[in-house]
Amino acid sequence: MKKQLIKIWQWIDDRGGVSDLLKPLKTHLVPPNVKWNYVWGSATLFCLLVQIVTGISLGFLYQPSADVAYQSLQYIENDAVLGSFIRGLHNWGASAMIFLMGLHLIRVYINAAYKYPREMSWITGVLLMGLTIIMAFTGQLLRWDNNGVWSAVVAAEQIGRIPIFGDSISYFLLGGKTINGETLNRFFSMHVFLFPAILFMIVSYHVYLVFKNGISEPPKAGRLLNPKTYRKWYQDLLDKKGVPFFPDAIWRDAIFSLFVLVVLLILAFFVGAPALTSPPDLTNVQANPKPDWYFTWIFAIFALMPRQLESYVMFLAPLIGGIFLFSIPFLSNKGERSPLRRPWAIAGVVLVILAIGSLWYVGHQAPWHPRFNAKPLSEYSAVPKASEKVKKGIELYNTEGCLYCHKIGDQGGIRGPELTDVQNRLTKEEMIIRIVNGSENMPAYGGSLSKEELENIVAFLLQDSKSKNYKSKNNVEN
Amino acid sequence: MGCECEKNETKETLSRRNFLSKFSVGIGALIGAVLAFPLIIAMLDPVTRNTGKKWRQIGLASNFEVGKTQLVTFKNASPYKWSGKIAQSAAYIRRVENDEFVAFSVNCSHLGCPVRWEEKPELFMCPCHGGVYYKDGSRAAGPPPRGLYKYPVRISGEHLEIQTDAIPITDITA
Repeated sequence: MKKQLIKIWQWIDDRGGVSDLLKPLKTHLVPPNVKWNYVWGSATLFCLLVQIVTGISLGFLYQPSADVAYQSLQYIENDAVLGSFIRGLHNWGASAMIFLMGLHLIRVYINAAYKYPREMSWITGVLLMGLTIIMAFTGQLLRWDNNGVWSAVVAAEQIGRIPIFGDSISYFLLGGKTINGETLNRFFSMHVFLFPAILFMIVSYHVYLVFKNGISEPPKAGRLLNPKTYRKWYQDLLDKKGVPFFPDAIWRDAIFSLFVLVVLLILAFFVGAPALTSPPDLTNVQANPKPDWYFTWIFAIFALMPRQLESYVMFLAPLIGGIFLFSIPFLSNKGERSPLRRPWAIAGVVLVILAIGSLWYVGHQAPWHPRFNAKPLSEYSAVPKASEKVKKGIELYNTEGCLYCHKIGDQGGIRGPELTDVQNRLTKEEMIIRIVNGSENMPAYGGSLSKEELENIVAFLLQDSKSKNYKSKNNVEN
Repeated sequence: MGCECEKNETKETLSRRNFLSKFSVGIGALIGAVLAFPLIIAMLDPVTRNTGKKWRQIGLASNFEVGKTQLVTFKNASPYKWSGKIAQSAAYIRRVENDEFVAFSVNCSHLGCPVRWEEKPELFMCPCHGGVYYKDGSRAAGPPPRGLYKYPVRISGEHLEIQTDAIPITDITA
């Protein structure tokens, strides 16, 4: 029996060339010090595998039709066996892929692994990053709840800022001049067929380049890269000290991928995918479209950018950013690789991380978002023993939308300054001027408030005791 | 003999190979172009089909109070049969005077999010980035580069009608 099996295997291997196919893995040599800092790329690739498997699984359950997609998602989430878990895994797999891709990019940049002869690895890597972001975004839309539908509109608007062709491209993406029965199917076809096909081609090429040019050796300060002699030097290094990729290097990738998988399983099981919002409906204006976490920082830029510049930034920033990323290996492809001798590279990375981090934090907080559901001020919480005038002022503060943007005590939005102690900062006249005329981020109320209403609001704002904590404060009239 | 021939190559086989290489690559390109054709056509079909604009009834004119703003819904120009609810768009109708109506797009001119009408302060507010508009649609505050877009409206008999239109896309010059 065993002999028979061996014979069958030998036949398959002889005619099928299995060993020959896998041989490069075993014979491919890598530098000896390729250690834990080299797992990010393979982990990103692993996430892609998770996405393929979970994506196919979801494909068996999901109905890509504008009319019923939402219902099928409800089915996946609530009824299908393991449905919500699979959806959770696909969601967290996407998040992990973006996150690990970011780490991979940073690692390669800090170690200058993009320098000669690996420029094409960098370039294809940037392309893959773009494709991964596209996949993440189109995937978000397939959620096809009210958030998903409105996200499609937001994306179309951003693309609309491209000069001349902007609106044509937007309508091309939406599949018509409005969101319609074709829109979801379009994003589905892109997410499931078109972009994965392109992604697989470039991933294969990206991995092929790793074999062709070899894994970059860990940099050493002072050891300069000379394109004229590098290939020979690298070959000598491998000949003398190289170790086979399989298994000397790959075991770390395997362990790390397993770790990623465990984290993903835990997240998918205990946290799951974002809850579906209301059904897709462009006549439901109560929507509050928000992107998934990895885009929150971009969303924040759009709220914080000076208005006059914004349209240009929306178009130029991705363009310049993309050109810059592509040009990195051409700006410098030789010389020092060690981060210890490239302080500006580290400074740049730190700066970008800080910028994105703080934008992400602000985006998460979204102070610009009017708090439509802020708890109205009650007389008690606002001012104890209020006069009639002040009571009316409190009422107006609630109904005129002041509350959406201005906090008093612990109630209200945070778009504008907190007004709990405004009586200490502004005089009555200054308050009136501000309310009547508004500002860059505040509408002018001059046209909609009567003189009496204005006086009532100001009477309320002038109160010293606008919050419950009043007693603990020691406000003295100026 | 000026022929940079390799083993087993004469000047003739070389030129033959030269021709065959170009020929094969040419055929490949032709096949690619032929196959790309249906792909491109299919991708363009929803975009290029003529949807036109249509007038849609949105209710009796008498249902709209002078000085008030209210949300109406209407069907897009030519939805697919399977579009379902997604074929519906919304607009805000404001009756300015007895015979003057204005229809505002619900899409914020900043990034297209749906603005909400706040009755008491008479403002449209956008949840996404805090854009605010006055009751006449002009920009009041926040990031929007311009006011709200408008749809054409008309009175036909007793009915108020709105003309369907594309989702307004703000361009870079706004």
